[in-house]
Amino acid sequence: MIEIRFHGRGGQGTVVASKILADALAKEGNFVQAYPEFGVERRGAPVFAFIRIDHQPIYDKSRIYNPDHVVVVDPTLVEAIDVTEGLKDGGYIIINSPKKPEDFKFPDKFKVFAIDATEIAVRHKLGTLAAPIVNTAIVGAVVKILKLTRLESLVAAIKEGVPQKPEENVQAAIEAYEKA
Amino acid sequence: MRKVIMGNHSLSYGAMLSRAQVIAAYPITPQTQVVELLSEMCADGTLEAKFIKVESEHSAMAACLGASMAGARTFTATSAQGLALMHEMLHWAAGGRMPVVMGDINRSMAPGWSIWTDQNDSLSQRDTGWIQFYCSSNQEVVDTVIQAYKVSEKLMIPSMVILDAFALSHTYEVVDIPEQAKVDAYLPPFNPPYRLTPDDPHAFGGLTSSDHYMELRYRLQKDMEKVPALIEETGREYEQMFGRYLGQVENYLCDGAELVLVTSGTAGYTARVAVDELRARGIKAGNLRIKLFRPFPFEPVRSILSKVPKVAVLDRNISYGHHGIFYQEVKSAMYGQPSQPAIFGFIAGLGGRDITRESFKEIADYTLKHDRPEEEIVWIGVKK
Repeated sequence: MIEIRFHGRGGQGTVVASKILADALAKEGNFVQAYPEFGVERRGAPVFAFIRIDHQPIYDKSRIYNPDHVVVVDPTLVEAIDVTEGLKDGGYIIINSPKKPEDFKFPDKFKVFAIDATEIAVRHKLGTLAAPIVNTAIVGAVVKILKLTRLESLVAAIKEGVPQKPEENVQAAIEAYEKA
Repeated sequence: MRKVIMGNHSLSYGAMLSRAQVIAAYPITPQTQVVELLSEMCADGTLEAKFIKVESEHSAMAACLGASMAGARTFTATSAQGLALMHEMLHWAAGGRMPVVMGDINRSMAPGWSIWTDQNDSLSQRDTGWIQFYCSSNQEVVDTVIQAYKVSEKLMIPSMVILDAFALSHTYEVVDIPEQAKVDAYLPPFNPPYRLTPDDPHAFGGLTSSDHYMELRYRLQKDMEKVPALIEETGREYEQMFGRYLGQVENYLCDGAELVLVTSGTAGYTARVAVDELRARGIKAGNLRIKLFRPFPFEPVRSILSKVPKVAVLDRNISYGHHGIFYQEVKSAMYGQPSQPAIFGFIAGLGGRDITRESFKEIADYTLKHDRPEEEIVWIGVKK
């Protein structure tokens, strides 16, 4: 079983990111369980989404406390909260950021990946520079780095599950997949 | 068709596939998405149903009752304070023998104001005469709504299909959505023996003297007693058509166990994983997940628990001044049985506090360490 925690801010599509990833994984016969933080989301406030992935039915319905990997959709969260809380040793931290992985001061036991999903999203006209919609780009990178699904499954999931600008979202995900 | 959907939408799909004809609802977190999706299905023609917007949950149930009397298949959904506001109408539905099917998202009763899960809202309606199903997965929600209509309409008793707030209502899982044609073959159209129609006038719910009232209640109880056998029958039929059996309880490794956990809702699935971990430690544990709570599944509970020495009942609810409610009911079912286990009662997870594999380890450790419970209630994870 793989457990992943997404960190974002309300309004950035973090929950949708976990849902798209779940759709793509389900297309390849995986069992998945995705859920948002059980709370009252507010625009701009830190939010979480979680996903469990397995090749057999998932019975554990408790929350995820020790994720295998974390995905940071909003880079400003790195200063605001501890995104590594409970993260297992050897876990990957995938951050939406123009910086290099070595620019982040995380303990050596974690492996850091950076992808400038904001730049990709804005170039594909997904949101604005002030409020970019980066979820499809970041999921493209996550799928590649963690070797979760084939690109075609993700593309199909985006086409079916993203209500606005599906083609732009697909192109953003492909570009992030290729750059990651 | 395999599809990733949330628990709330699993209720919507269940109602859609059952071809509900009248839906009346009032929004309340965390239920709102159930009827939101149904309203979209009504608007775009996916579901040929009348969607009635009302000003309260009391009116939502009243609208369902009127439609049910007229012979329509009806659906609504609510949570917590909304369910409490419906209370009077719940008696009308069961007493009037109207087979409404309702989704209830288990949300803690206020105050303190909470949108998170526990079972006190639905268990407070225990004695209204409704069938109650507690579900543990989104697949089970879809399947149970369809089965609930079949059982309810055969016996003319309403059903509540219940799932945990957020832990299931907002959790996405892979669901095999049954084919409409097969659901149509499983679930025939609703055809009540009497209905409100100008062509053949009847009165419903009129003044009933003491010469007749008791017989109405006797018949409701007698028909309630038929529910377990009908669930077995319709559950096996469902399995033949859809490959998934729908029973009163789920027996996970209880046979030959030294300790059986009695659970329900999403905690009833987490408990399975805890049982696997206990067995890895050499403890012969099992999990009896109660799915049907009303009527109480006496036969499977007695036959499974009379063979084990120790039983630990988990309650995500409380009857103040007494015990957890599943604990009361399990003890009551086992009283007078020739072979009785030591039964322990635990309360955890009120107000949405998480129930984890660790919670069950704590429960198992306490139960194995003591011959008898030393407290009326053993609280798990409470800050005393």
